[in-house]
Amino acid sequence: MNLSTPLGDEVLSLRAGDRVTLSGTIYTARDEAHLRMLEEGIPFDPKGAVIYHCGPVVQDNRIVVAGPTTSARMNALTGFVLDAGVRALIGKGGMSGEVAQELRGRAVYLAFTGGCAALAAARMRLAGVYFEDLGMAEAVWVIEVDELPLTVGIDAHGGDLFEAVRTKAKTQFNREFNNESGYVP
Amino acid sequence: MNNPADSSLLDALTRATCRALRQAEIELPPDVLETLERAAAAEENAVAARELSTILENIAIARERNVPICQDTGVPVIYLTLPPDVPLTPALYEAVREGVRRATSVVPLRPNVVDPLTRSNTGDNTGAGMPAIHISPGDRFEVTVLPKGAGSENASRIGMLLPSQAADIPRFVVESVLIAGGKPCPPIVVGVGIGGTFDMAAALAKEALLEPINVMDDYETGICETINRLGIGPMGLGGATTALAVKVKRADCHTASLPVAVNIQCWACRRATVPVEVDR
Repeated sequence: MNLSTPLGDEVLSLRAGDRVTLSGTIYTARDEAHLRMLEEGIPFDPKGAVIYHCGPVVQDNRIVVAGPTTSARMNALTGFVLDAGVRALIGKGGMSGEVAQELRGRAVYLAFTGGCAALAAARMRLAGVYFEDLGMAEAVWVIEVDELPLTVGIDAHGGDLFEAVRTKAKTQFNREFNNESGYVP
Repeated sequence: MNNPADSSLLDALTRATCRALRQAEIELPPDVLETLERAAAAEENAVAARELSTILENIAIARERNVPICQDTGVPVIYLTLPPDVPLTPALYEAVREGVRRATSVVPLRPNVVDPLTRSNTGDNTGAGMPAIHISPGDRFEVTVLPKGAGSENASRIGMLLPSQAADIPRFVVESVLIAGGKPCPPIVVGVGIGGTFDMAAALAKEALLEPINVMDDYETGICETINRLGIGPMGLGGATTALAVKVKRADCHTASLPVAVNIQCWACRRATVPVEVDR
């Protein structure tokens, strides 16, 4: 599916593992930006918006590279942006079970391949900035994207590909090491 | 001839540091690229295969556009080898720092170095104790850089095992990878330091990441295969490609201790070595 912003109910039909592309406006936000938004409010219209967990390299008003950062750092800071109408989060590594519950019936978590910052930048154009005083990595950059390739990591029905993989990995770990003593004294 | 008071030699060190950082950030070493390509060809999980092909496409785009592979350009970790005729002086440290500053503005690199408590950013990737510089004697004057990203660094662990627990080392390593899950940007390279002291084990684990990843001994292969049976896959989305390699470095240790450190590296196993040569 080819998604474009602002997002609406079309995100509700997506399932974890689906491949999508995204075009339109997205907003970067990391730890500091979320804290600032909690204090001062969201500086852009959050209805149908997409937040990208990313601290890009920006030079001369140009995005040099812009891959995803670890989303789990924002676990406790995400509820309020979903309450405000944000429809999708983009990041890497997945988010907590609490966030998966908060996404239910309204929004999705889209995984972008970690480290693929050059590929991302090749499909992006810088369109503005909020909170620039937070510095390059933490500012909220407004970015126009053109068909960014993404995988649905957590869908709006509670489907969580990361969690499913984690559960299987734990089972396999126990199978591998069950009969061995623990290393913790 | 190689008197470090000689400013041309210090300039050469600055240039070599900057050049090594540029090379490491933009182009992966051949052994890493080859290992990623081999993994992509073998991966049968559809989501994982897509992730790996995106990674390979990204590597090609970074090279074409002459930009860093990843926006987390890391913190600079530097390994210097000094030949007998280059004495160790504070000026060498400053020359390396200048190389890091230059690379930050010209490559460019994201300014990642901050005060640990106030989090204030120096803006040039240098600071107290940063770059981390490791010095050893060698035949040639050369600088090796290992820009280290935080996603993978944050997933690293150290354990002070009991001397009787040598057989539990694989379990400790695999468990570290299990806890890390998708956060360190798998497929990862796992650097393992065994022995030495608390601090040496960590240094060994990081130095292990400088070794070629397209070869492993039986011990390393065994741990790597166990990791890959977990099915974490690229980015934690599932699949057979969780670790590209496990690399182990050892040192002798106290009879009463067994330090084991695990330093995780993302798929962007960036490193470069450049000789320090005065232009003629």
